[in-house]
Amino acid sequence: MNKFDKEQILHTSGVNVLKCMRCGKCSATCPSYDEMEYHPHQFVYMVEKGDIEKLMASKSIYKCLSCYACVERCPRGVEPAKVVEAVRLQVIRRQGANHLTPDDIPALLDEDLPQQAIVTAMRKYSK
Amino acid sequence: MIFSYYPGCTLKNKAQDLDRYARLSAEKLGVALEELEEWQCCGGAFSMGRDEIASKLASVRALNAAKEQGRDLVTLCSACHNVLKQANDAMANDADFSLRANNYMQLAAPYRGETQVIHYLELLRDRVGFEALKKAVVKPLTGRKIAAYYGCLLLRPSKVMGMDNPENPRIMEDFLRAIGAQPVTWAMRNECCGGYAVMEDRGLAAQKSERVMDNARDMGAEAIVTACPLCLYNLKKNTLKEGRLPVLYFTELLAEALGVKD
Repeated sequence: MNKFDKEQILHTSGVNVLKCMRCGKCSATCPSYDEMEYHPHQFVYMVEKGDIEKLMASKSIYKCLSCYACVERCPRGVEPAKVVEAVRLQVIRRQGANHLTPDDIPALLDEDLPQQAIVTAMRKYSK
Repeated sequence: MIFSYYPGCTLKNKAQDLDRYARLSAEKLGVALEELEEWQCCGGAFSMGRDEIASKLASVRALNAAKEQGRDLVTLCSACHNVLKQANDAMANDADFSLRANNYMQLAAPYRGETQVIHYLELLRDRVGFEALKKAVVKPLTGRKIAAYYGCLLLRPSKVMGMDNPENPRIMEDFLRAIGAQPVTWAMRNECCGGYAVMEDRGLAAQKSERVMDNARDMGAEAIVTACPLCLYNLKKNTLKEGRLPVLYFTELLAEALGVKD
């Protein structure tokens, strides 16, 4: 494993993964649960263990909706969404690793699509 | 009452109704909304990375512009409100981010989160007052059963947003009562519509939106109101046509009740 990944993810997220007591409430409330290979509680403990390459290679990092349900409902204030975000940033910040580019946008447009959808997706999926 | 106003990118394009009805209603209520000059798009989502600086600067510029005008800053789009509130909180409470942002921007005076950001719904509740709003209503929406849809961004994270109880909110229901409508009680009102995932995985957004739509319909609503252009889009475009309720911006009902809807 790349030892810098864990350090960078902890720094970027600002999350203390040791606070997690494994209750699973974050994953239970996650609207993207069914779409994810690794679920919010797994992000927290896999980062704690340094088991990060699997997370970085997984499509799960693009399934978080940033709805803050896990952040709000965690009884320990762990804020799992920030860990998911930090893992995604660790991937897309690398050269050539943007998940969405401006060239992809025209094919995704329809007449009612709000600008909000485009700018939010660009912010989340590219650097 | 004069406020600085941040409309955001979508309200200038696909969500012009949200903006237009808000302005007409504010005028009727004696509230002056003065649009900030040269505001920039908030980016739609607050980057949760603490070391993300550049992506938050547009928000800080808007917040500082309101501070320099000595006014509270009114937002309307749920996403802009969420992003501006979180950026403001970071400027006030995250010393490292605040230092870096101020160091880059070199403002006349450092910005440290002084501006108060209030959503249009909070403007109605806390400044105008729902009682005063009720008195200003000329065409009450009597008998209209409406589902108030909060989605994610208005309420969470609640320690920053501070608008209402994140699990049992009432601000939109109280608003609906003030304009004479009958709010519906339903479970999915603060669950996600699928949001921007529609760009990545339309099926996921459709699944989430359908659950919201089904629940509102099952609980007897005849329409859904929202403050979020993306919720409106997902609920209108990513749900099954059969059984789909009308989805409106809350400002449209407000303008109707105040008799200023054109």
